[in-house]
Amino acid sequence: MRMAARGIVDRRKRYVGVTAHYDASGRVMPRSIEWDDGQVFEIDEVRDVRRAASLKTGGDGMRYTIRIKESITYLFFEDPRWFVEEKVVEMP
Amino acid sequence: MQGMGAGRCKGGSAPAEKAVDVALRPAVSPAAGDAARSASSSAGPGTTWRKVLHVDMNCFYASVEQHRDPSIRGLPVAVVGDPAKRSGIVLAKSRAAKAYGVKTAEPIWQAKQKCPQLILVPPDYEAYKRYSRLARSIYYDYSDLVEPFGLDECWVDITGSLSLHGGSEMLVAQEISERIKSELGLTVSVGLSWNKVFAKFGSDTDSGDGIAHITPENYREVVWPQPAEELLWIGPATKRKLNAIGIVTIGDVARADPQLMRNLLGKMGLVVHSFANGLDDSPVKPLGLASYDTERAEIKSIGNGLTAPHDITDEASAKALIWLLSESVAQRLRSHGFRARTVAISIRSAADLGYCTRQCALPFPSCLTSEIAEAAFSLLEAEFCERELGVRALGVRATSLIPSSVPIQLDLFGAEGVQERRCKLEALDNAIDTLRARFGNKCVMRMVELSDESMADVDIERTNTVHPVGYFGG
Repeated sequence: MRMAARGIVDRRKRYVGVTAHYDASGRVMPRSIEWDDGQVFEIDEVRDVRRAASLKTGGDGMRYTIRIKESITYLFFEDPRWFVEEKVVEMP
Repeated sequence: MQGMGAGRCKGGSAPAEKAVDVALRPAVSPAAGDAARSASSSAGPGTTWRKVLHVDMNCFYASVEQHRDPSIRGLPVAVVGDPAKRSGIVLAKSRAAKAYGVKTAEPIWQAKQKCPQLILVPPDYEAYKRYSRLARSIYYDYSDLVEPFGLDECWVDITGSLSLHGGSEMLVAQEISERIKSELGLTVSVGLSWNKVFAKFGSDTDSGDGIAHITPENYREVVWPQPAEELLWIGPATKRKLNAIGIVTIGDVARADPQLMRNLLGKMGLVVHSFANGLDDSPVKPLGLASYDTERAEIKSIGNGLTAPHDITDEASAKALIWLLSESVAQRLRSHGFRARTVAISIRSAADLGYCTRQCALPFPSCLTSEIAEAAFSLLEAEFCERELGVRALGVRATSLIPSSVPIQLDLFGAEGVQERRCKLEALDNAIDTLRARFGNKCVMRMVELSDESMADVDIERTNTVHPVGYFGG
């Protein structure tokens, strides 16, 4: 998994907007993530769903391991909000 | 802890399991009842033995706070009450704070003296209840026999379901420990034994994130050398009595003459003696996921206490606080369908912080706010009739409970119309309860409660939180 990149100094909990699909049995599948500047990131694949804690940023909930293009990352459903582990990068 | 090594392993490492299944008593199915339990006093071939886990979430309140805010992880953290409300004591501390000698229930200033960099965090009981519920939902994946003991501890009897989970209780204990860590970000200590008392002993003596396995083969080496007060039901007062006659360790308790223990501690002496010998066959009492152990059917008493925003030195303020507390107690009596035969108060004196309790019997079993408040106030008046009133904290408790459905013996020679008046008062209280359920606790207030402005914002019934009940459900 390519989770880390050079220059990342920390992670912080970032609540995001999510468009999700609820099927007839109540299962939730996120389809896209909306950043606060309006950018929308389509989720190409959901690789895993399990209850887990975010040890990097704190908090817990249903953890979706998602792929957005080449990047694999976690998206947490902390009922009723969604959050990601935002990268805090070192400024040049 | 010395001597624990043989039966202990840290979560994540391979279990140092021994094929030991020679218990003092065989387990029976949970449905078989106490009679079957006590009948099976000797082990026969092919018998199965109880596998009881006690899971204790380490430094629970502080760990939840550290999990939610990773920037304070590994630092000395204390969850503390509100100093402005004069409840500024340490409610829980992290492992790092413990290393500085910070103790639960000590004042904040004292904790700060020991550890100047101590990080203070206010409590968030809703979050603690949520994590408690999530942990219990994990335990329910392994057994339906889950008995909570406070918010952070649970007994889990996996005897019947063990074969569904691989047949090894050590592996189940490890799996639970790892799931709590990965799913909730918290660590637990697990005690594993054939009875509840030793299972709890195991988790209590673990330093954190480990599994203590106490078997019928190793309990003499593991449990008996420990101080007597490490055993459930031996508190500071019992410890003093035992120490006075040279009983210092759990082994000393186990080897003592039962008659001596009875003479010293009454019938609890025999219970403690049995516990020390591993003779505890009390069942793990299941409780639904949505309930807490304080809500069990066998409620023995209902009480509320409060540290007043300022020292109570005048009668009007004392009366206001008594009524505020009594209102909450009576409201809960009615909602649980009980009447009380005894009212007790607890007083923490403002002058020397001394603590005392006083109680009296009611003429009739009652759930009336007015009767409970008047009884409580007369107890307070009697206590301070010969000295100046000065109260820091006050508690009102209703005990000797009977269900509301039990008929009341009327007084044949009493004044006429008393019972009719009591019935009307009960109908009035019930009507007020209905209004409060619909519109909030503050929609109807008694004049006496409004006489002290500092208590106007106190909503006792709603700030009531969950504390463990006694081991015997009392």
